[in-house]
Amino acid sequence: MVERVGESAQVSAASHRSIPAGDPGPVATRRGAGGAFEDDVSGRTWRSRVSPFVGLAPFALYTLVFLGIPALAIVYGAFQKPSGGFTFENLRLATTGIYRTGYETSLELAVISSVVPGIIGLLLAYAIHTSKSTNLRRIVSTSSGVFANFGGVPLAFLFIATLGTTGVATTWLRDLGIDPYQHGFDLYTLSGVALVYMYFQIPLMVLVITPALGGIRSTWREAANNLGARSWQFWRHVGGPVLLPSVLGAVLLLFGSALSAYATAQALTSGSIALTPIQIGTFLNGNVLAGEQNVGKALGFGMIVIIMVVMLLYGILQRRASKWLR
Amino acid sequence: MVALVAEPLDELEVPAEEEGTGKHRRIRWWRGIVLFAVGAYFIIPFYAALRFSLEGSNGKFTLSAFTSIPSQPGFGAAFALSVRLAVITTVITMVLMVPTAVYVHLRVPRLRRLFDGITVLPIVIPPVVLIVGVLQVAPTVLKGTPDLLALVYVVLAMPFVYRSLDAGLRAIDLKTLVEASRSLGGRWSSTLLRVVLPNLRAALLSATILTVALVLGEFTMASLDQYQTFPVWIVNFEQDDAHVSTAVSLLALVGTWLLLLLITSFDRRQSRRWLRKESR
Repeated sequence: MVERVGESAQVSAASHRSIPAGDPGPVATRRGAGGAFEDDVSGRTWRSRVSPFVGLAPFALYTLVFLGIPALAIVYGAFQKPSGGFTFENLRLATTGIYRTGYETSLELAVISSVVPGIIGLLLAYAIHTSKSTNLRRIVSTSSGVFANFGGVPLAFLFIATLGTTGVATTWLRDLGIDPYQHGFDLYTLSGVALVYMYFQIPLMVLVITPALGGIRSTWREAANNLGARSWQFWRHVGGPVLLPSVLGAVLLLFGSALSAYATAQALTSGSIALTPIQIGTFLNGNVLAGEQNVGKALGFGMIVIIMVVMLLYGILQRRASKWLR
Repeated sequence: MVALVAEPLDELEVPAEEEGTGKHRRIRWWRGIVLFAVGAYFIIPFYAALRFSLEGSNGKFTLSAFTSIPSQPGFGAAFALSVRLAVITTVITMVLMVPTAVYVHLRVPRLRRLFDGITVLPIVIPPVVLIVGVLQVAPTVLKGTPDLLALVYVVLAMPFVYRSLDAGLRAIDLKTLVEASRSLGGRWSSTLLRVVLPNLRAALLSATILTVALVLGEFTMASLDQYQTFPVWIVNFEQDDAHVSTAVSLLALVGTWLLLLLITSFDRRQSRRWLRKESR
């Protein structure tokens, strides 16, 4: 990220009208479109080359102001002493002790609650996709939109009423002779939080993967069948390879979403599990030791780095996926 | 695969057909289990919360948690603030995203994938990180007003809105429509307002609903920015009466969902009527 900033400054110094047209990556476009915006003032000859991007200027400007600049402010703050001046101290603190544990737990939670809901969501999306009932399809697609946005405290309530120590499902299971709390389950620990996250992760997976499922043409299936392929052979040699990049991309998205979820975990555990987003929230609420005010930003910087890696992989996978899915 | 092709065809045809019926049964069987399990996972917590909210303090059935909602202290103000934020967010989002999405589809379709990537960013960038940055760089004028939240919510709503618009734009023959309108002498503004937008009705409606749902449910940023929006109020109120809090959460969820369902079915009927008219 820091490197990118320097690079961007260089570009604008040398010839700030250069538009990296095919250059992938969100940072690149923002730079490109920002360049287009500046360009409107000067350089008529460039207008023809730049004009396709002028229409994107409002969008690019808005994302820059409300997404790009705040992100840069965090990166900048991560390397600042509270009194001003450059330091690595924040970063050192953010990667040791309780904060390190926070990252590890967050990553563990994100992996669990991206892979499991990813598989379930894929199965559900496929079941819906191959179903002939339009009502079922409509209900699932509208619910997915609503539930993917559902989270936070209301969601925590739902599960406390269900699987809390006196919850409905807990009582049912106890009546059946299985007490989940006697078998290592606890709603207020990592496994519980992961279970609750599925409530918005599965619908998110359905939303993201359904278009990709539409790319599997029935003609391929028929062709494979006519050639004598069995169902598993079709998936092993045709459907699977075509779908794999999309599925992996979607799972990466779920990973990011699980990593960044704050409200649900906060409401459910009120900070008893060390998770990075909750630790960042604590900094914002002002519970900070003197001299450590910027450690929260360093934590945020760490998350941005993780997200950048995830998005890079996502971009590569999307490129592969788009080869087949038009 | 290759080995299979090399086999004589007549031997393959019969088992292939049998395989077909067997496979269909297996798919149905699978579908039943998946739908049942997922359905149970989504419905049981719902049922549990409903039962909890219908339970009076003495354990008897009562509707008071639902009927007393409007008269709860702070509910009106919190709800009004959230509605206001929802309106501002929706207006800015639409004004910003609709022309951009149309433009990308029409003029720079090669950037479509890139846009997919950019608009996905707000899902993965932690809101808690974003709000730290926003609060740091926002000018004091904006920091003193809850409207700052609406401006940031626009970014949060982007992924869902863009996806919805993108799907809508893919479904229509945008290029032909625009060319037809332009060649008949329509200006860009009237083309957008009178040709493109009516065709995107469903996408616009669902984008609006999703935006409103997002704003009415967003807790992280609002609580860290210390404004008492609807979700923040629900949490604060939980300490007073968890039954009412749960009832409000349920109502919000069911309300959004019904609205979305209503809109999609309404739109389906509309488009069917159009098709019928055209075929006559």
